Amino acid sequence: MANMAQAIRMALHYAEEKLGVTDIFGEDVGAPLGGVFTCTQGLKTTWNSPLDERGIIGAAMGIAMGGGRPVAEIQFCDYVYNTIDLLKLAGNTCWSSNGDWNLPMVVRTPVGSGIRGSIYHSHSFDATMTHIPGWKVVMPSTPLDAYGLLISACKDQNPVMFLEPKALLRVKGEERIPGEPDDDRALSKLIDAPLGDRSQWVPQWPQLEEYSVPIGKGKLVREGTQVTVVSYGRTLPLCARAAATLADEGISVEVIDLRSLWPYDWEMIKSSVQKTGRVLFVNEDTEVTNFGEHLMRRTVEELFYSLLAAPRLVAGKFVPGIGLADTLEMASVPQQNDITTALRTLANEQP
Amino acid sequence: MSRPRLIKESSAPLPLDRELLVRIHDLMVKTRTLEERLIQMYKQGHGYFWIGGPGEEAFNVPLGLLMKKGQGPEYDYLHAHYRQSGTLLALGEEPIGALRQMKNTATDPYSGGRNFAGHFSLRKYNVAPVSSPIEVQYAIAPGTAMVQKRLGGDGITIVTGGDAGTAEGDFASCLVWSSRPVNPLPILIIVTNNKWGISTSGDGQHGETRVSDRGKAFNIQSKTINGNDPVEAYLELKAAMEYVRKERKPFLLEAMVSRLYGHSSASGANYVADEVDCLKSFEARLEQEGVLTRQQMDDLRNRYTEEMAAAARTARDEPLPAPESIWKHIFAEDK
Repeated sequence: MANMAQAIRMALHYAEEKLGVTDIFGEDVGAPLGGVFTCTQGLKTTWNSPLDERGIIGAAMGIAMGGGRPVAEIQFCDYVYNTIDLLKLAGNTCWSSNGDWNLPMVVRTPVGSGIRGSIYHSHSFDATMTHIPGWKVVMPSTPLDAYGLLISACKDQNPVMFLEPKALLRVKGEERIPGEPDDDRALSKLIDAPLGDRSQWVPQWPQLEEYSVPIGKGKLVREGTQVTVVSYGRTLPLCARAAATLADEGISVEVIDLRSLWPYDWEMIKSSVQKTGRVLFVNEDTEVTNFGEHLMRRTVEELFYSLLAAPRLVAGKFVPGIGLADTLEMASVPQQNDITTALRTLANEQP
Repeated sequence: MSRPRLIKESSAPLPLDRELLVRIHDLMVKTRTLEERLIQMYKQGHGYFWIGGPGEEAFNVPLGLLMKKGQGPEYDYLHAHYRQSGTLLALGEEPIGALRQMKNTATDPYSGGRNFAGHFSLRKYNVAPVSSPIEVQYAIAPGTAMVQKRLGGDGITIVTGGDAGTAEGDFASCLVWSSRPVNPLPILIIVTNNKWGISTSGDGQHGETRVSDRGKAFNIQSKTINGNDPVEAYLELKAAMEYVRKERKPFLLEAMVSRLYGHSSASGANYVADEVDCLKSFEARLEQEGVLTRQQMDDLRNRYTEEMAAAARTARDEPLPAPESIWKHIFAEDK
């Protein structure tokens, strides 16, 4: 099965062939590199931008205004921060002009820890991005969802922020992308650029099929009855693994992959929490004014009388950066044991 | 030895057709009376904030007249700033729209009561929404120009802003993105230089002799003109636009203009007597050349003043947007 980077590449190929995507661009996005995570190798509408994040977001807005369909990349979300007021502007353009203009544009950016990226290659962006109205925000945790969400993003009439958990970009999926060959090595031969000289290389794209994951719909990854865990991105597979471990201990955990942060699938969270009465929210962005805090607030306000225990949040520590040393990174963002322990504690908590 | 341009000599005959001169004058008066009415509405409490472009009519009106007007990349895009009512009126907009925006009524055609005066948005003529952050339009404009370059045709992108805002990085972004050797863009980059950033004088910012000098480092054709002379502005804009249309390359045009009522209502919005008033000097020339009489020009001004007052009364009585409308147009599906 494809890994997430390959899935993104295939979705972009599908989007430039079938969905009218005109410009896939950003720093080192075009040939010969095809992106620092290889997500844009071999595509026909890619080009390298100047090293200018504000220019990248601005150009995407202008291309969208001009009738194009851009997919812009910010190389690491750590470098998106100087574009915040352009992101705000993109998000308010439709509203401010009372519906006169809309911006069909996608911005992709790798987020989160997991590659020992030190202070400026480990940031998360979901907490900040969900503070900017007028954007749709998605974050897949599997290659198939990455494929389906990116296709939905490329069809949307509005700005969509596509957050790529960089720790999962190289992880192979367990579900087949419609059209991908059965054999991983065969896929790699078709679409991965060779090392060394690539000037003569042309990808052989498989016959891909349309597959979209609707923006705003979560995924019930595992059914359970005693505790709900809601997560997305890098921490989702950790939550799924925790649920499997706890099942052996006789604790039944329901796992929800939110996939879309805005709009998000409240109905899925609500029906699960009404069933289990216990909920843990997990993400790795810093914990103060964290998106999980919003979900907790809503849970308390709307589901208070269904709760058997206080809702909990496991998130990144509120420290200025993620340090390079293994010990520092592990201490800064949620790890497997943090999540498993939190779920076990929550399942056993009695009033 | 090159001769100085005749149009810079106020004694030389006016090199534009009488019909065009009269039209430019008409739109300049219309714009000035609109801005004066907007200021008056602010002072009478019929609006929360005024910002606009009295003093820039001589440049902004020719700009609107010269634009290739329409929707989509075959036509010109305008990424404007908030001093350009003259351009909008020259594109054919009715002044009551600006008055409605001042009063933030539901009928405001540019933002439905959501945004300040002078913050136009007009998709049908490719006018991108004006926003308050200074210079963001310079980062966005290369995008429309890229689409136009790829399309072919002769549509161009025009971006305008003030001299103070050129300190923002987005202005440098615009120069970089417009002049890349792999893809030079059909973009007219305009800076109207009124020599002020709110209360900060040009000396507090500009080490460069001319803002247009910054184009030279990027091999961008550049020029500084007298934006207080509508004839010079018309001819120079025409030449610059023809260059961009034909060559599909960028041009940086700096226009020296006046700021006749200060930065905005935040600085009082009172008439500044020691700046050149482009309307007064143009009218003196029109009278001197026998294009229009003083009486004709006074009559025109009175007529427009009355029209603006009547339109403002209409706008004043219109309802504000409904509170529940805040949820509209967050996303385009709501259209």
